[in-house]
Amino acid sequence: MAGRNPVTWLGSPTFPKAAHIALGDTQLRSNLRKATTTIRTKRAGVVAELDDWERLRRAGEAIKDSVLADLDTYLSRLEESVTARGGVVHWARDADEANRIVLDLVRAQGAEEVVKVKSMATAELGLNEALEEGGVHAVETDLAELIVQLGHDRPSHILVPAIHRNRAEIKNIFDREMPERPASDEPRDLAEAARRHLRRKFLSAKVAISGANFAVADTGSIVVVESEGNGRMCVTLPETLITVMGIEKVVPSWQDLEVFLQLLPRSSTAERMNPYTSVWSGVTPGDGPSTFHLVLLDNGRTATLADRVGRQALRCIRCSACLNVCPVYERTGGQAYGSVYPGPIGAILAPQLSGDLHDEQVASLPFASSLCGACYEVCPVRINIPEVLTHLREQAVKAKGKRTPEAIAMSAAAWVFADPKRYEAMQRAGSLSRLLARDGRISRLPWPGSKWTATRDAPSIPEESFRAWWRRNRE
Amino acid sequence: MTGPRVALFATCLTDTLYPETARAVLTLLERLGCTVEFPLAQTCCGQMHFNTGYAGHARPLARDYAAAFDGYDYVVTPSGSCGGMVREIHPGLCGTSPAVERTYELSEFLVDVLGTIDVGAYFPHRVTYHPTCHSLRMLGVGDKPLRLLRAVEGLELTELPLAEQCCGFGGTFAIKNAETSTAMLADKMNAVQDTGAQVLTAGDNSCLMHIGGGLSRLRAGIRTVHLAEILASTEEEPWPVGTR
Repeated sequence: MAGRNPVTWLGSPTFPKAAHIALGDTQLRSNLRKATTTIRTKRAGVVAELDDWERLRRAGEAIKDSVLADLDTYLSRLEESVTARGGVVHWARDADEANRIVLDLVRAQGAEEVVKVKSMATAELGLNEALEEGGVHAVETDLAELIVQLGHDRPSHILVPAIHRNRAEIKNIFDREMPERPASDEPRDLAEAARRHLRRKFLSAKVAISGANFAVADTGSIVVVESEGNGRMCVTLPETLITVMGIEKVVPSWQDLEVFLQLLPRSSTAERMNPYTSVWSGVTPGDGPSTFHLVLLDNGRTATLADRVGRQALRCIRCSACLNVCPVYERTGGQAYGSVYPGPIGAILAPQLSGDLHDEQVASLPFASSLCGACYEVCPVRINIPEVLTHLREQAVKAKGKRTPEAIAMSAAAWVFADPKRYEAMQRAGSLSRLLARDGRISRLPWPGSKWTATRDAPSIPEESFRAWWRRNRE
Repeated sequence: MTGPRVALFATCLTDTLYPETARAVLTLLERLGCTVEFPLAQTCCGQMHFNTGYAGHARPLARDYAAAFDGYDYVVTPSGSCGGMVREIHPGLCGTSPAVERTYELSEFLVDVLGTIDVGAYFPHRVTYHPTCHSLRMLGVGDKPLRLLRAVEGLELTELPLAEQCCGFGGTFAIKNAETSTAMLADKMNAVQDTGAQVLTAGDNSCLMHIGGGLSRLRAGIRTVHLAEILASTEEEPWPVGTR
């Protein structure tokens, strides 16, 4: 569909429908449960080690908020610094523009294959597909991302895109897609097979594409943090490096990084420090790529910034801690969200970046939460996800209009609650429901109550409300 | 000596479906020396409307709340989620008010305001406690309910595995995403059954309605009892539990 923002995958069903499929997949549920439980426990452990965690969170929140308040200033400063160090800065309004810029740059180098370090921004753009259409094959080098790519699959987690796959499934994918089959489904053998496969790609690639975790405005330095070192290979070996970065990733100075380099690894991989932190500033003759391009991506971000409540989503540092604690994500997995951004953060980020709450699938995302608040509790930059969820629900409801059965029922309920006398009359009328009950419980209600009673008994309304009892005994 | 003048905010759910919980709060607070009133102008805090995306309908209900509970020393409610709605959300809807600022969830009121842990209760059953999400994360009641339960004579408290995970109720979430809600409920029920408890308690009838509805369907033989009813129960006057 022309003009559609690819933040959400075209043709994805609404969340409840996608969840229905996921919930029926017992292998998926067991994989997810195991993975999220492990990482959740580890994260809680390493966070508890720091007695200033709350202060760090508040510092991260404050830095991000001050950047967002003066984003234009910091981005101009970043552009100047990158340019002064021999890099070239490009600005992209949306996915189409960003994809075209990257494709043109790759073509100018005459490359038919590029290596990529895992990047949420380029996944958000559908860059790989756009390059493929333009005759360029992009090779994902992050192990989990490679599994997803070779499996012709979609990611289901921000940090661990193949979290929904177990070892046996990965072995099958590698057997099918790699020239050399892995020796077994032991993690070591799987990693070794991927290493041999990727080594050939690294050594032949002329162009690499990366995302960025942070960019330092003062010095024009781009920062990528990772666990495997494949990103390090990407940003150092090829001659040309193209980085695509959301505009919200800028931080003012090196001093600010200190906060995030503590918050990010502990929140994401539950490590005190991530194994590889790569930083580069423009180009350095004789060392690393000779050409560096930075594509600064908007794609719905300035529109998000304009929303007073919703803008806090732009603080996100993509740690995925909210996914790992979310009881909804744990049951449905990430693909049910129909976007590269799944889980609680996806439920607020995807609708805002796509900017279209008239779309049925997008509008279902803010409702994919029980509002339990576990996501807000773990977020290292204190994004009040439940607050944004209810804010977006309001917009989704407005987009649907006032004539839906739900809107009419809600208006009726508000009308009843607005007057204690009406409310009491409704209690008396409702108490007749006890005639449906056996042993004080109701096992079958008409729609939409049937959605409740499919798996749960409902209480019957007793003959006397507390209010009526109070009136009889105390007034 | 006269105790504080307390208004009971029963919540629409408890007033309508679980009047025994409201009577338990009344009994308990009067036993502890409070003067308790039930302002009949109260209806609903607007949480269902607000959380479903109808903030416009929640706003007048928040205003009505402030008016109904104006002028009391304290407002006490046996619901973490409705208490959370009042304290955390009402100010954003219609500004703060004395009623909002003096609203306490029951366990907070007992521990923080009355300074009591041992309320003189007697409840000779094996009990497990589910800390409901909003009391835990919106109000931050922490271990106050557990401290109150530990002081109950005869009560054997058993720990609920993965207690802090949501039961899957979430208001209209239970209908809109019924299958996901049911999957969350199934895990919660398994955890409850693993404890070997006879009674599941919590500080919120909405969560108890959800978990209790599931346990009832399973004929699991585990009763759900609101924390207030346990605390109201004494050796002389055992609280009549077992109706749900």
